[in-house]
Amino acid sequence: MVQRLDHLKESPSQTAGPYVHIGTNPNWVEITGVWKADLGLVLVGPDTRGERVIVEGTLTDGAGALVRDALIEIWQADAEGLHNSPAETRGKADAAFAGWGRQPVSDADGSFRFETIRPGRVPWPDGRLQAPHVTVWIVARGINLGLHTRLYFGDEAAANAQDPLLARIPEPARRATLIAPRTERDGVPVFRFDIRLQGERETVFLDM
Amino acid sequence: MSGSYFQRDRTWHPPALTPSYKTSILRSPSQALLSLPTSLSEETGPVFGHDMLGPLDNDLIRNFAKDGAEAIGQRIVVYGRVLDENARPVRGVLVEFWQANAGGRYRHRKEGYVAALDPNFGGCGRAITDGEGRYEFRTIKPGAYPWPNGVNDWRPAHIHFSVFGHAFAQRLVTQMYFEGDPMICQCPIVRTIPDRAAIEQLVAALDRNATIPMDSLAYKFDIVLRGRRSTLFENRMEGN
Ligand SMILES: [Fe+3]
Repeated sequence: MVQRLDHLKESPSQTAGPYVHIGTNPNWVEITGVWKADLGLVLVGPDTRGERVIVEGTLTDGAGALVRDALIEIWQADAEGLHNSPAETRGKADAAFAGWGRQPVSDADGSFRFETIRPGRVPWPDGRLQAPHVTVWIVARGINLGLHTRLYFGDEAAANAQDPLLARIPEPARRATLIAPRTERDGVPVFRFDIRLQGERETVFLDM
Repeated sequence: MSGSYFQRDRTWHPPALTPSYKTSILRSPSQALLSLPTSLSEETGPVFGHDMLGPLDNDLIRNFAKDGAEAIGQRIVVYGRVLDENARPVRGVLVEFWQANAGGRYRHRKEGYVAALDPNFGGCGRAITDGEGRYEFRTIKPGAYPWPNGVNDWRPAHIHFSVFGHAFAQRLVTQMYFEGDPMICQCPIVRTIPDRAAIEQLVAALDRNATIPMDSLAYKFDIVLRGRRSTLFENRMEGN
């Protein structure tokens, strides 16, 4: 026998189930009066610095059907690449930008949408700069452990080509699942991020 | 303390594909995950201030009830700590919880179970951990409920938890079960967890010393989030 390590084990995950929004977006599921507003719906205010962008997309399962009961969260740096978090080591982030958003996927059309800003660049552990990106996290009925992925911006070709995470995905078709193509609507850039849980063009999910 | 987070032990968590929990079949990625050390993007995370909380946010017996009324059911207190894998308390983090009512019915438009709604029970609450990583809330014990999977599958009584840490890498959603419940081990969702000791980590202990006499039973439920390397010899380049 050997000495025991002092580490605890992480609590095992369980699915968020079909009623996750009762806990995360009660007002959205008509449980009103418990708290004023659901958290994470609004990321950007009038004082937020940076370029306004819209991130939107859908979530589809292995049969190509829309997943309509998921919850999506995003986490990202501000326009200078700083996080609004006590764990940020490099400086003070824009106080007018929380960097965290949470949206239920729409029942009606299975889409999600975040109005946010284009983040700045954040270093990789070795000091190289990563391309601008948004962390995306998905829970739903049937997902046993929250799925983690990243959105990269389709109009950042030069930065994306140098990104250390994207460089770890050799197949161009798989790498492309993380790069949201840009369109425009009323002068605002829209980045389309369709997440495929399984099957053809399955999104790359991360273990980080 | 600037190291990366310990990699998740994916043999301790449920795998993505668990065919006896049927919904996982089409919602599980089939490609390998891309494993990488954490960067600042994952080592940071949002904070929520205590000023966000209302006085009834952690009281599910009263936070949806009409004036003076209370939810029906067996009154319980659930308390515990949020720790990391280094056994250190995780302070100031948001813990959200949701559950069915005493009859096993959720307040949700897609809910199909015949058990009655309780007009005084909403089913959601939240708390922020204190300086020692502690949280607590008051609620009623949720009922077991049947669900469409096998023809006669029932969920054991459970409370859903969503937990933030100090880093987005620690984000976790899980469920709490109740000590002594014979329904736990027959549940296809519980059984997505391969290791029996891991299942036991989700079973809250009945704590007779923490009961409120003539009022509430108490259950203790500790939650463990991912831990972080803290060695002086972390392999990092200068300037990070
Ligand atoms: Fe449930």
